[in-house]
Amino acid sequence: MANPTMTLIASNTVGSGGASSIDFTSIPSTYTDLIIKVSARTTRSLFYDNLTMTFNNISSGYQTLRLTDNQSSGTSSDNLTGLSYFYVGEIDGGNATSNTFSNIEIYVPNYTSNNLKSVSDDNVMENNSSQVYIGLHAHLWNYSGNPAINRITFASDSGSSFVQYSTFTLYGISNS
Amino acid sequence: MADTPQAIEVNCETGIVTTRDLTADEIAAQAVAAQAAADQKAAAEAEAAKVEADKAAAQAKLAALGLTADEIAALSK
Repeated sequence: MANPTMTLIASNTVGSGGASSIDFTSIPSTYTDLIIKVSARTTRSLFYDNLTMTFNNISSGYQTLRLTDNQSSGTSSDNLTGLSYFYVGEIDGGNATSNTFSNIEIYVPNYTSNNLKSVSDDNVMENNSSQVYIGLHAHLWNYSGNPAINRITFASDSGSSFVQYSTFTLYGISNS
Repeated sequence: MADTPQAIEVNCETGIVTTRDLTADEIAAQAVAAQAAADQKAAAEAEAAKVEADKAAAQAKLAALGLTADEIAALSK
């Protein structure tokens, strides 16, 4: 009988110097699925920023379908194709309420397979204002050869840095 | 924050965390990304402003036709 387990692989909390990217390398292939939990904020001079994610240091083949609600302007959806990275959610920017961070959970099933990679995430900003993004995203990575994922990199699409205490935690899920 | 943007690498096999300065190419790419994000923001704000202006114009025309404020509001519910 299957006995799923969730195991911490690695975690990083950004230090006082900030960081432009967080790069998990040499991800072991011994799990069935991956989960990444993110608590993040950037220095962008807006109340929000966009968190991006790439696999294996490859910058093509990404698609993101977004369902997003901003409490001040309503719900929207879009389907972004031909991307150089996934959009995995809106996160707090430098103009959001001080010391607030966004929460995102990303699920990557069957990451070692040689099939197209499907990914999902849910995300919510924290901001003491009506300007708060929440979202559900579905993603597809369609890249030649559909390689197993051994590296995951996070950055912001504005090029802004993650601030101190932003945390990225990678877990492996085993189904037996 | 550090003067030079930094990248953090976490090696999941060894547990070693490496922090390094971005290369000149990476900094240049970051500047391009920042400009693209600024352009996107400007476009989004222009679109939002146009929607608001169109909405106000439509409401004014409906009011001129004799609709009450409640009736106009009901159209968007």
